[in-house]
Amino acid sequence: MRRQKQHIQDHSAEANLFARRSIVALLVVFGLMSVLIVNMFYLQIKSYQTYQTRSNENRIKVQPVAPNRGVIRDLNGKILAANEPAYSLEIIPEAVKDMDATLLGLQEIMEISSEQVEQFKETIKYQRRFKSIPLKTKLTDQEVAAFSVQQHRFPGVGIEARLTRTYPYSDVLTHVIGYVGKINKRDLNRLEQTEQLSNYAATRSIGKIGIERFYEEALHGTTGNEEVEVNHRSRVLRQLNVTPPKPGTDLHLSIAVEMQQLAKDALGSKRGAIVAIDPRDGAILTMYSNPSYDPNLFVSGISQKDYSAITSSKDKPMLNRATQGQYPPASTVKPQIALLGLHKKLVTPSTTVWDPGFWKFPNVDTQRNFRDWKPGGHGWVDLEHSLVQSCDIYYYDLAYRLGIDEISPFGKKFGFGEYTGVDIHEESRAIMPSREWKKERTRNPWYQGDTISVGIGQGYWTSTPIQLAMATSVLVNKGEVIEPKIVTGTTENGVYTNTPITKRPPIKLSDDRYWQVILDALYETVNSPEGTARTAFAGAVYTSAGKTGTAQLFSLAEDEEYDEEKVAERKRDNAMYVGYAPYDDPTIVIVVAVENAGGGSSNAAPIARRMMDLYFALGLADKRTISDQIIQLEEEIDEPLDVVPTEENKNG
Amino acid sequence: MAKTLNERRRSSLFFRFHIDLPLLLGILTLMSLSLCVVYSAGGQNMDMVVRQMIRMGIGLGVMLMVAQISPFTFQKWAPHIFVVGVCLLVAVLLVGDMGKGAQRWLNLGFIKFQPSEIMKLSLPMTIAWFLSKYTLPPNLKNTLIGFVLIAIPTLLIAKQPDLGTSLLVASSGFFVLFLGGLSVRVLLFVAGAVGAFLPILWFYLMHGYQKQRVLTFLNPESDPLGSGYHIIQSKIAIGSGGLDGKGWLHGTQSQLEFLPERHTDFIFSVFSEEFGFIGVLLLLSVYAFIIIRGMMIAVRAQEGFTKLLAGSLTLTFFVYLFVNIGMVSGLLPVVGVPLPLMSYGGTSIVTLMASFGMLMAIATNKRLLASNQ
Repeated sequence: MRRQKQHIQDHSAEANLFARRSIVALLVVFGLMSVLIVNMFYLQIKSYQTYQTRSNENRIKVQPVAPNRGVIRDLNGKILAANEPAYSLEIIPEAVKDMDATLLGLQEIMEISSEQVEQFKETIKYQRRFKSIPLKTKLTDQEVAAFSVQQHRFPGVGIEARLTRTYPYSDVLTHVIGYVGKINKRDLNRLEQTEQLSNYAATRSIGKIGIERFYEEALHGTTGNEEVEVNHRSRVLRQLNVTPPKPGTDLHLSIAVEMQQLAKDALGSKRGAIVAIDPRDGAILTMYSNPSYDPNLFVSGISQKDYSAITSSKDKPMLNRATQGQYPPASTVKPQIALLGLHKKLVTPSTTVWDPGFWKFPNVDTQRNFRDWKPGGHGWVDLEHSLVQSCDIYYYDLAYRLGIDEISPFGKKFGFGEYTGVDIHEESRAIMPSREWKKERTRNPWYQGDTISVGIGQGYWTSTPIQLAMATSVLVNKGEVIEPKIVTGTTENGVYTNTPITKRPPIKLSDDRYWQVILDALYETVNSPEGTARTAFAGAVYTSAGKTGTAQLFSLAEDEEYDEEKVAERKRDNAMYVGYAPYDDPTIVIVVAVENAGGGSSNAAPIARRMMDLYFALGLADKRTISDQIIQLEEEIDEPLDVVPTEENKNG
Repeated sequence: MAKTLNERRRSSLFFRFHIDLPLLLGILTLMSLSLCVVYSAGGQNMDMVVRQMIRMGIGLGVMLMVAQISPFTFQKWAPHIFVVGVCLLVAVLLVGDMGKGAQRWLNLGFIKFQPSEIMKLSLPMTIAWFLSKYTLPPNLKNTLIGFVLIAIPTLLIAKQPDLGTSLLVASSGFFVLFLGGLSVRVLLFVAGAVGAFLPILWFYLMHGYQKQRVLTFLNPESDPLGSGYHIIQSKIAIGSGGLDGKGWLHGTQSQLEFLPERHTDFIFSVFSEEFGFIGVLLLLSVYAFIIIRGMMIAVRAQEGFTKLLAGSLTLTFFVYLFVNIGMVSGLLPVVGVPLPLMSYGGTSIVTLMASFGMLMAIATNKRLLASNQ
């Protein structure tokens, strides 16, 4: 009984104890639950905005969409630079766990050269994160199929269809159009400086030289954006929002592909350049430099082998001879010297000079003789004959009397020794020599003898073919100075616009009639029986005018005869020709420079003839529209020598 | 009056089949929610939902079967099951199957199971059996024996290593001691001893990946793409759910697979993202309801053994819940404890349902005392 009671007491005590402990436990449970709830409140209510944002950052990626690059067309609308779809194998490095294994695996599927791998690894270093980087471009259908089957093995690797720049006319237009290439570190720096980097977020190539480079900004267009939802593997699931890209501007050239092709054929294996411009507006009709090379090689990264083949050639294909080739202008600048003589009233059209075949400084007792190209000389020569027969003695004498201080500034007004303002960056100023120039360059003073050679476009004087074309246009236009331009029209949003003509301050003479005196002489050069270009243009269906030139690259001793056979090929004379047509109302000015070809009348003038024949046969003059917008430059362009040409300072 | 109420209750169908209706309702509510969230988290994979339903069905069956067993039987068998359980744990360490770098599974040829699961039930049963043999509160000697009984399976499981389960097993044993009247002094002493043990645990017993989990827990943003990724993504999922959530099947963190282990350990994050703070409060209410019901059953039980067992099982259930939610919301390190009745997965649901079966057996079996008297 007592035990029973004890048991009951114990039992109720135990029950009380358990109840107390249970309550404590429940209190702890609710305390901890409150902690959970407070934490959830903190996460879901207090920090909601933060986590909401981070959640969106997780799932929403803004992808840039590259604009389509503007196409480039010729005078007849033929596409010179096109965008063609091509497949490329691309990798997002951040999405690949083991890059080496991936690359090895890919090499099993298709041929990937170690050079391509090198280039790819190099690109990774400076590309922005999570941008897919091409490993191999221009995949064949078989390669696309082979990869597609095995794609699951390669997370982070994919095939992208992209528009690739192609140049259907290959090497015929390389020096005009240039090419695009992969954006490299230097390009990135430049884009960063000009604050255009964000506009290139989806772009893979950029204009490197030529028109592609000069008009990069217009051709490129504006990058669009695409907001997409992605999963944790960055795979795009759906599109949320799009801002379409704005395509680049189409460019129109006044160049006709047929003329370019002829220029290439005519020059054949000879080094040289041909430039043709329309004197009415400075539009470039032909600009070809020989030898050339295939720009398509550069678009998706040129192989080392191809690159060294181009750069190691002693013919220097990468040199744009039309704008960078510095040739002695030789007799092709005699018209300008004659004009200056008239302007300065040192000669009149009827002033005659006795040409015995050599010239000596008057009143100075020197041994040195300056020789005429014609042994024995031309006898009595007036201004017209001096041009028609290209008499040297007349110009030795005139240059002697003018002096370099007159010749140099006058030459600069025609564009010699200056950038022409042509719309590519590959241009040389060549040399319009002056006292200051010689002092700076050679630390020697200017000698009178230096002036005498300058009188026949030799000595220190060099010019580029495009400068000659511009200077000849100035004659044709009787003093109006128009800058040559490759691009003559643009199409933006489907609207065609002519690009404006850029004019420099015109050249004023003491008598306006002097222009015609010179032009008449150039007419005679082509059309009179004794003209140096008569043979080349015999039987042409149009009337043209022009001036031949033969630039001596090799100084002969006084008593030595020039013998083509004996002189090494690279030291032979350059053949030069400048001409224009139709004589009454010129629409084409042409300059032909052929290196080491010999005399201008027999080696350069016939090429000019063929070019002009085609020009008229195709009726190209009628296909041109001349812009009515004119940019008149007020001040003369005078830049320091060491300035690298940029778009701004070239255009004034 | 009270008798008539008792009479009515005893005569009801549920009572006859040893089913506690409120507990069953709570469990079924959680199970339905689980199916919805698993469907969403598994990328709307119906197969997954069906498999989960089958597991739940098995679980409910196990619960009903266990509920039919008299608590007296549990008491009688408790020490025997414990001895077998410890043997199996030793066997696991010797011949167990490896899985994720840990030996947890015992392959008996026809079935693979984790002996540690048995211990989740067996340890509280054994300690309750041991303590209820004497008058409560236990004296110091019995308390010490109790701690030794806890330590044996806890260390064996920790050695596998399975930190989460050993923690749960240890706490289930500890709850029996606590509810049985463990003296406050001993409690403080144990707290001190655990504090002193932590460095030993850190330097000698924890594996590299376990240490990493703790380090990551302390500063998840230090390694956002590595091991901190799970915690960060989980917190983003929870936080971006906001007040009312992104809606069922519309949780971007889970649907776009930014969230790891979506249908298993991190299912609470999916739920929070899709149903928001309101959903979380409702879910916790259901859990609270089950816990309160469990404690009511414990308090109403008339035997020391049943009281202690029921109380311990209920509190252990809470520990599951607390550790899981704590870990996915960044309060606790990631230790791999599933959210009870919600997470997708097999073994744990059977054990859990067996413990609910025990609770129901205790709730509906009150003749034990009467027969003793």
